[in-house]
Amino acid sequence: MESLSGRKKVLEQKPMNFMERIYLPAIFKGMAITFMHMFKKKETIHYPEQEREFSENWRGMHSLKRDEQGKERCTACGLCALSCPAEAITMISAEREKGEEHLYREEKYAAVYEINMLRCIFCGLCEEACPKEAIYLDGPIVPADFLRKDFIYGKDKLVEMPINELEALKAVTH
Amino acid sequence: MEVAFLIEKLVLVTVLFTLTLTIAAYSTWAERKVAAWLQDRVGPNRAGIFGLLQPLADGGKMFFKEEIIPSGANKWLFIAGPSLALLTSFLGVAVIPFGQDVELFGRIVPMQIADINVGILYIFGVVSLGVYGIMIGGWASNNKYSLMGAIRGASQNISYEIAMGLSIIALLLVTNSLSFKVIAEQQHGLNWNIIYQPLGFLIFLVCAFAETNRVPFDLPECETELIGGYNTEYSAFKMGAYMFAEYINMFVSSAVMATLYFGGYNYPGMDFVNETLGATWGPLVGVAVLFFKIIAFIFFFMWVRWTVPRFRYDQLMDLGWKVLIPLAIANIVITAIVITVVDKL
Repeated sequence: MESLSGRKKVLEQKPMNFMERIYLPAIFKGMAITFMHMFKKKETIHYPEQEREFSENWRGMHSLKRDEQGKERCTACGLCALSCPAEAITMISAEREKGEEHLYREEKYAAVYEINMLRCIFCGLCEEACPKEAIYLDGPIVPADFLRKDFIYGKDKLVEMPINELEALKAVTH
Repeated sequence: MEVAFLIEKLVLVTVLFTLTLTIAAYSTWAERKVAAWLQDRVGPNRAGIFGLLQPLADGGKMFFKEEIIPSGANKWLFIAGPSLALLTSFLGVAVIPFGQDVELFGRIVPMQIADINVGILYIFGVVSLGVYGIMIGGWASNNKYSLMGAIRGASQNISYEIAMGLSIIALLLVTNSLSFKVIAEQQHGLNWNIIYQPLGFLIFLVCAFAETNRVPFDLPECETELIGGYNTEYSAFKMGAYMFAEYINMFVSSAVMATLYFGGYNYPGMDFVNETLGATWGPLVGVAVLFFKIIAFIFFFMWVRWTVPRFRYDQLMDLGWKVLIPLAIANIVITAIVITVVDKL
């Protein structure tokens, strides 16, 4: 068939000629190539000291967001759990009591919110399903662990740090 | 006098033994470094500066790993395999002249453990014993992959020993001697045998790759097909012994190639250096030159390993029997004719 791109190359299967059959020219050519690679820029990233930058649309560990006043945005509607193709998300909802208004933005909140990181495929559908902009996959790589039960992340690992605590931590580290 | 002789030899043996072990240990480091450089990587750099303590870390790891002897294996042969491999690889070092005679403490000390007048035959004997380590280890493991690796190792070594021996015969026509010492002395200055035997050297080089089971002839190990070949069942220090044996083999064959074809400790301008530096330091420069050549050859081994892919088994046999042996015979005939003609003129 005619090539539309014009880049098609038809290889002819010919018997090797003498120079090809003694292999040595080809071997020397290959060795010259590998030798030149000794002087090329090294691609290595020295991991603990340097880290590779993630792309902008990288999806890592989930975080449950807070609003500007530091209240949890999640209202435990369950849309993320329904949208999850890997069945990784579960939650138990609860009603906000009096005096908890500074903790939760809506009247209903997630008392328990668990993501099984072994099931999660980091597709980002929960992020898209969430009507409250409460969950984002903007965290780092989920670290390795020894036991399966430790991969079920609860609210202690998922919820964003309150703003004042975060600033206190920044003040300590800087 | 006799006591001094014994001490002299004892010191020489100890020094060469340690040196061989060190070079073998650092070959593992160099292998990884060279591999990394050729692949645009950095290589081991965590243990010590430039990763120079890596061989120590690896050795420590080897010692503390669990020693496993499979229940179906023949216990004695399973242990004898790596021991034999290590032993035979060491034996070759004995006949290599590392330098001219050095004057030390008023004595003339030869830089060679044993000047055997059939040194080349000795090396060949020792090298062909080397395959027993692989054979016995692979067979005693009672594992089909090990056995296949062992069979491949044996057939490969037998095939390539013939071509190797034939390429040496052409060299012997030139040198008229089987003694390494005499051959090294003949190549004074830049009168190296590579000038007279380029084809012979090429054949010898290819066969040396096959004899040391290095890529592209590493069919006995062959990770991708035989999951390690003859050393599949080996762990801990017995595995380490096999690995060491391979690197020592590489060192010995590099030394043999450097001595037979690349002038050994000879280098252009050596007379001048010997006169200026005296009878002690002059020859020691020659020793350094030989080690430089050996290290260059070891680098070459590694360079080839990370460039050329492994041969298929039938290609290996084709190359050995149909190409190298006829080529080596042709080399002998041509060398003999040229020598006769040159002698008559």
